[in-house]
Amino acid sequence: MSAAPALAGVAGSGRQPGKPLLTLSGVETFYGKIQALKGIDIEVREGEIVTLIGANGAGKSTTMMTVFGAPRARRGTIIFDGRDITRLEPHQIARLQIAQSPEGRRIFPRMTVYENLQMGASINNFAHFDEDLERVFAMFPRLRERAQQRGGTLSGGEQQMLAIARALMSRPRLLMLDEPSLGLAPLVVRQIFDVIAELNRTQGLTVFLVEQNAFHALKLAHRGYVLVNGAVTMAGAGAELLARPEVRAAYLEGGH
Amino acid sequence: MASPNMRSSQGDQEPFDLAAALRDAGLAALVAAGLAFPILALRAEQDMSNQLVLQHRWSWMAIAAAIVFVGRLAILFWNARPRAEKPAQTAAPSALATTFAKFIAPAGLAFLIVFPFVSLWLSGPGGSLKWINNYGIQILIYVMLGWGLNIVVGLAGLLDLGYVAFYAVGAYSYALLSTTFGLSFWICLPLAGILAAFWGIILGFPVLRLRGDYLAIVTLAFGEIIRVVLINWTDFSNGYAGIAGIPRVTFFGVPFIDGEGGFANLFGLEFSPIHRTIFLFYLILALALLTNFVTLKLRRMPIGRAWEALREDEIACRSLGINTTNTKLTAFALGAMFGGFAGSFFAVRQGFVSPESFTFIESATILAVVVLGGMGSQIGVALAAVIMIGGTELLRELEWTKQIFGNDFDPAQYRMLIFGVAMVIMMIWKPRGIISTRTPSAFLKERKAVSGSLVQEGHG
Ligand SMILES: Nc1ncnc2c1ncn2[C@@H]1O[C@H](COP(=O)(O)OP(=O)(O)OP(=O)(O)O)[C@@H](O)[C@H]1O
Ligand SMILES: [Mg+2]
Repeated sequence: MSAAPALAGVAGSGRQPGKPLLTLSGVETFYGKIQALKGIDIEVREGEIVTLIGANGAGKSTTMMTVFGAPRARRGTIIFDGRDITRLEPHQIARLQIAQSPEGRRIFPRMTVYENLQMGASINNFAHFDEDLERVFAMFPRLRERAQQRGGTLSGGEQQMLAIARALMSRPRLLMLDEPSLGLAPLVVRQIFDVIAELNRTQGLTVFLVEQNAFHALKLAHRGYVLVNGAVTMAGAGAELLARPEVRAAYLEGGH
Repeated sequence: MASPNMRSSQGDQEPFDLAAALRDAGLAALVAAGLAFPILALRAEQDMSNQLVLQHRWSWMAIAAAIVFVGRLAILFWNARPRAEKPAQTAAPSALATTFAKFIAPAGLAFLIVFPFVSLWLSGPGGSLKWINNYGIQILIYVMLGWGLNIVVGLAGLLDLGYVAFYAVGAYSYALLSTTFGLSFWICLPLAGILAAFWGIILGFPVLRLRGDYLAIVTLAFGEIIRVVLINWTDFSNGYAGIAGIPRVTFFGVPFIDGEGGFANLFGLEFSPIHRTIFLFYLILALALLTNFVTLKLRRMPIGRAWEALREDEIACRSLGINTTNTKLTAFALGAMFGGFAGSFFAVRQGFVSPESFTFIESATILAVVVLGGMGSQIGVALAAVIMIGGTELLRELEWTKQIFGNDFDPAQYRMLIFGVAMVIMMIWKPRGIISTRTPSAFLKERKAVSGSLVQEGHG
């Protein structure tokens, strides 16, 4: 991870905003009678890192899962690359090169690291498998060392690396990560975020990042949305949100 | 007693406290006696005038208490013995286990291939019938059923309590197709498999949204429905009476009969019914090996890996673009198909099928084989079938027990007891089954990518 850039350098870089890749408009999601999302509008442009922050139970994970089709949005539309994906099945959505690392890592514990990575590549029929394997191993040398170890015996940080690496094996156009920093030591969080920043910078990967860790997330992201009780209350550039007193008060209390 | 991690490796442990152990065992024996009192010591019997008379069997109660006392003492003693700390489980299985796994399959296969002839040679045509039929064929049927169910339960992680339904579909398919349309076994066999797979999909569609316990209950019900339909739809299945006169197996068209045109005559042998039995043995062996072969092949293909992934984490599967519905359906259909194959083998072997052969206890037995085997391990399942089915067959042989418990004592009745004991022992000794380590299955130019380089190359 030595070659990773400083975090602060990313947000300010004056790049061209690409065309919209993912657009949620008026998305409402229900769990039975409970409404978890109350009409959400979010846009992610090509080449951007966009973060969604909010308190526990705000609906961040639900937003990400809704994009992936489980649960389905009851109202509103989700457009990916000009195509309406609101009614598609999760596996069809995955075929459109949207990769997701769901909350809680969810690697396959009884499979080896290598097998886990294979699972990630199965979606595109293992085209460029060897090449992609090299790529993620270069990114996370730890995983190379542990290729034959069972996923369940990895440390929390290694599991998170594996979850991200597995998602990358499908060569996604959009990478969605749900709380990659969950339960990790600050140093490891930094490593993970460095990798995300580098992927975005060198390969132009578009990232949609759901985070509790508002400070790091907003520093990393180009733009951010604040979710409160299933509705977006604030949106803006990462650095701008970070400077707002409301955000600081609500999400950055007690430092970071 | 000292817990293992309090002990130092020098072995300076607390001395075995005999008094405490005796107290403990005495207490256990007392509880056993209390439990045994209403169950074993009191017995109501009808006398000549149909009156119930209470009889006492104090000796039974005493025996039960004594067994528990001795058993408990033995366990305490065993636990207190000095032992080396077990090394923490590592990723790679031990060298011994690896060698074992490498040699047991070929050795077992070689043994099975020569088995009929060895037993024929050792005990003659009369004596070997028991070995080939009661042990060989019977066990192999359950090995095959276990391997079939293993796809559903062991690999895909879908708890199916109604597997016997597909066994029944296969058996009745052959029975009905051969008796009504006169189709031969070799045509009926694939048809039976297809029909069973079809029913697997029919069942699969509505229930695959269910998980865990709910899936188990619905499959259990499905197994019963099939049986109840077979009992009540007499026009179709002849109800309780079953279907008799099912054509026997032929040697690819050559019947196993005495005289002109028979198998013995054709090959210049002296006629003996053992020929058919030996042929049946090889037939079920081939079917079981087919099941194993297909499973092992599929495990190395994306679909097999998808089953395993499904067992581990359904949400992760979906996020990786796996079509979970289709994945489950293929597991169900494939498992059902092998159940169907086994069923038509059952029918051709018995020459008679009736709903009684397809009760829930069959499903439970097959499931027990899979669970004892270690949920997913092919060799484990085979070993479990040998232990469970061979064990119950052995029970039938314990004639001498009659001398102790009287003439109307039938040791085979204690099958369930053996089940229970085996299950409890397994829970204590190997809670994850006989063979619980999963062999990684890399399926993509694996040797090149996995071995050596990848593992050692790492730096940093
Ligand atoms: N499967 C479910 N069934 C019913 N309600 C649910 C379900 N999943 C989430 N919810 C509810 O929806 C709301 C939003 O949950 P969600 O998981 O999206 O929150 P979150 O923002 O990701 O929180 P966290 O930061 O704790 O992960 C919560 O009130 C939660 O209780
Ligand atoms: Mg969440």
